[in-house]
Amino acid sequence: MHPPALWDWESGQRVILASMERPEGVAWVEEFHASPDGERVAALASLEEGGFTALVNGEQWENPFDKAWYPRFSPDGRFTAVVQQDGMWTLAVDGEPWEESFDYLWGTQFSAGGEVIAACVQSGGEYGLCIDGAPWETLYENANQCVLSADGKSAAAVVQLESLKPADLEAFQKGVFGVAVNGQSWDARFMNCWTPAFDAQGQHVAAQVRLSLYDYSIAVDGKLWGENYACVWEPRFNPATGKVAAPVRVKGLWGMAQDGQIIWEPRFMQCWHQQFSPDGKSMAAIVAPEFGAFTVAVNGKPWGARFPVVTDLVVGRDGASDGACVAALGCVDNADWQVMVDGGIWPGTWDMAWTPVVSPAGGHVAVKVAKGDRQTRVVDGRVFQREFDKVFEPAFSPDGRKLLIRGIDKGTALRIVADVGQA
Amino acid sequence: MGIAERLIEDVGLRRGVSKLTPEKIERIVNAVISGETGARLKAYSETCMRCGLCAEACHFSQSHPDDPSFTPAGKVHQTMGVLLKTGGRVDADFIYGMAQLAYTECNLCRRCVHFCPIGVDTGYIMSTVRRICHKLGVTPQYIQDTAHSHSAVYNQMWVKDVEWTDSLQWQEDEAREEFPGLRIPLEKEGADIYYSVIAPEPKFRTQLIYQAAAIMHAAGVDWTMPAHPGWDNSDMCMFTGDFEMMGRLKRRHFESAQRLKVKRIVMGECGHAFRSVYDVGNRWLGWRWHPVPVMHAVEFYWELIQQGRITLAKKFPGPVTVQDPCNIVRGRGLEDKLREVTRFLVDGDIIEMHPNKEHNFCCAAGGGVINCGPPFKNQRVAGNEVKARQLAATAERGVKTVITPCHNCHGGLHDIIHHHKLGMDLKFLSDIIYECMVKPAA
Repeated sequence: MHPPALWDWESGQRVILASMERPEGVAWVEEFHASPDGERVAALASLEEGGFTALVNGEQWENPFDKAWYPRFSPDGRFTAVVQQDGMWTLAVDGEPWEESFDYLWGTQFSAGGEVIAACVQSGGEYGLCIDGAPWETLYENANQCVLSADGKSAAAVVQLESLKPADLEAFQKGVFGVAVNGQSWDARFMNCWTPAFDAQGQHVAAQVRLSLYDYSIAVDGKLWGENYACVWEPRFNPATGKVAAPVRVKGLWGMAQDGQIIWEPRFMQCWHQQFSPDGKSMAAIVAPEFGAFTVAVNGKPWGARFPVVTDLVVGRDGASDGACVAALGCVDNADWQVMVDGGIWPGTWDMAWTPVVSPAGGHVAVKVAKGDRQTRVVDGRVFQREFDKVFEPAFSPDGRKLLIRGIDKGTALRIVADVGQA
Repeated sequence: MGIAERLIEDVGLRRGVSKLTPEKIERIVNAVISGETGARLKAYSETCMRCGLCAEACHFSQSHPDDPSFTPAGKVHQTMGVLLKTGGRVDADFIYGMAQLAYTECNLCRRCVHFCPIGVDTGYIMSTVRRICHKLGVTPQYIQDTAHSHSAVYNQMWVKDVEWTDSLQWQEDEAREEFPGLRIPLEKEGADIYYSVIAPEPKFRTQLIYQAAAIMHAAGVDWTMPAHPGWDNSDMCMFTGDFEMMGRLKRRHFESAQRLKVKRIVMGECGHAFRSVYDVGNRWLGWRWHPVPVMHAVEFYWELIQQGRITLAKKFPGPVTVQDPCNIVRGRGLEDKLREVTRFLVDGDIIEMHPNKEHNFCCAAGGGVINCGPPFKNQRVAGNEVKARQLAATAERGVKTVITPCHNCHGGLHDIIHHHKLGMDLKFLSDIIYECMVKPAA
């Protein structure tokens, strides 16, 4: 069910699936997934008589498949898996396979609302994307790093535009790669292209490119910035202005450039994963002001906290100031995880932590965490008292007052709605 | 005697030098030396006493005992020594020889560091020479093609996204014939172990993936492999001198593991990839250590054995000898664990090659040398007569099997064994574990 405003936000607990035992006739059950609204739990299952199916709230899909993998819930709550039947691959959505099948299919992607589903396909040795079952008209020698726009109306991939003979250095360095948008490649060719990214409206695409073995830049809709760098990382569009920002390496140090102009002076040992706030007024990135010491910089200014590793940066709305809420995780040797929000560090360390979730209207942050074999969540720095064998990512109600907890404990799948103040 | 007297024709080197001008050479040499080196190179270059002790260290010089141009000091003298002395005012012919020497006559094995009274790291100097060669565009054809592959598909053998998962599913199908219920769990978030391999495994050594899956299954390991690029932990860009691409590869590898929220990475039996992940690539990215704990397969198998999670139905017939891969022994100190695992698996003695452990001789394939391809194979094999003598000495004592927990060592020793008709077999540890372990019933 979508959008979240339509979900059941009444406080309380419901059992979604009372028993997660392996049903009769099932050889094994794989990892469980929960729908975004928490109303369904599903897993792929191998059948004793051969073949695979899905168990959705304990019920098998009507028809099994020879193989099934890459299970995913769409944002609007449909359970999907890549499936094979009679040697051909396609996508099954709530048990129904697309009419079109391919020599191979993988990498399912969804539009932000889940209405559109895309996947990478290989057909007759050619590669491209398939949107809701319809493949691109033009397929390529190779297509990878596929991406779908937020509204699902456009898709892009890095494509190989001509074949290469074995070990043909000359041809490779002349450039045989480009970016295709909705199956149509840019006119420009590059030695390499990486990480195409759409703007918020799905109208423009930016990508990292390598022009020679030594010159990196950013191309937007096939046009180069005009400035080259020793290295770049993935570009991101400002959702308000449409400008493009990307980390760039100059004389051994990293800074941030926007539309080819330096906006954060190159003074970091590392700078990556930049994100704009929803209003486009702030940008945050993970940076290393010194070797081996990472933090978050907001608009170029680093926080005081330092960790050997910082990950999972998110930028959301700040409910109080109508500005940005910035959260990230720090850890030491992939352990002792801590949560950073707006420069402060929450109390408590965890064996593992997952990407923070900022409430849609701002003002609250929830993080799934684990200690030992038990998982729970931390909300605004307070630990939710109940632990689970497994919890899924948290979700706030649109008004930010309720928190949805989807968990599995002692063989039971639960759906809990708690008041944020009590969570 | 010197590199100029033993030049070998290579498409990549010839193409590269054809585009050079004296001005370009001087500019790039000085840009790298002034912009990317510092006290370390200066200290090494100013303190080497030409004492010659390093001659004893290098398998190339041991294999060419009458030619000082193969000694570590001799190699530096012919390359970086000239660049520093001339300020980069050298010609294209010099660059050809310098590149051939740096890429094909030094394995960056760092054995010479142990023998140098002042600790000069010739491997570092040769890496810097390679960096200059990369910047000049003068790299051997085959290893450069491998670097191109890394940049295009994030693995060294042009394996497309679909071919990776298809190979895993194929091996999973095959393995289920023997182990019903076996899984190669793809994209399993929160698994204990993220298992990464090098591209030759899905390309033509798929039995290693099969065996790894069998061992994980038998030992009850909670593991996963990614369905997306990042799975290849190898890194020939580290060896061509393309450090920017090296960083891109290592970022992809670690972020693939971080995305899946695994506890640690276990790498297959590869040495150079380990070096890239635990030492070089991670640090280029600004991490002091690796951001996710990394274990080499030797260490992982040792742990499984200590925990009693591998039991044997039989032992592998010995005696055997053990090849110490430079990057996991001199680099990480796994020599004792390698022997403890071997003793657990083998019925019979370990007949040691001498010198061994941290003083082992390199296989002569590592450091990207074997990846420079067929043009340089004969020189590579000839450059490791000393290893052939070591192997022959163990063969005379009854050894038929060389346990070799490294892909490059496999390639290098295979060529030596074949050339010298030593009649020895090479085994990965996983070959033996799979062959000898108790296999779970259906």
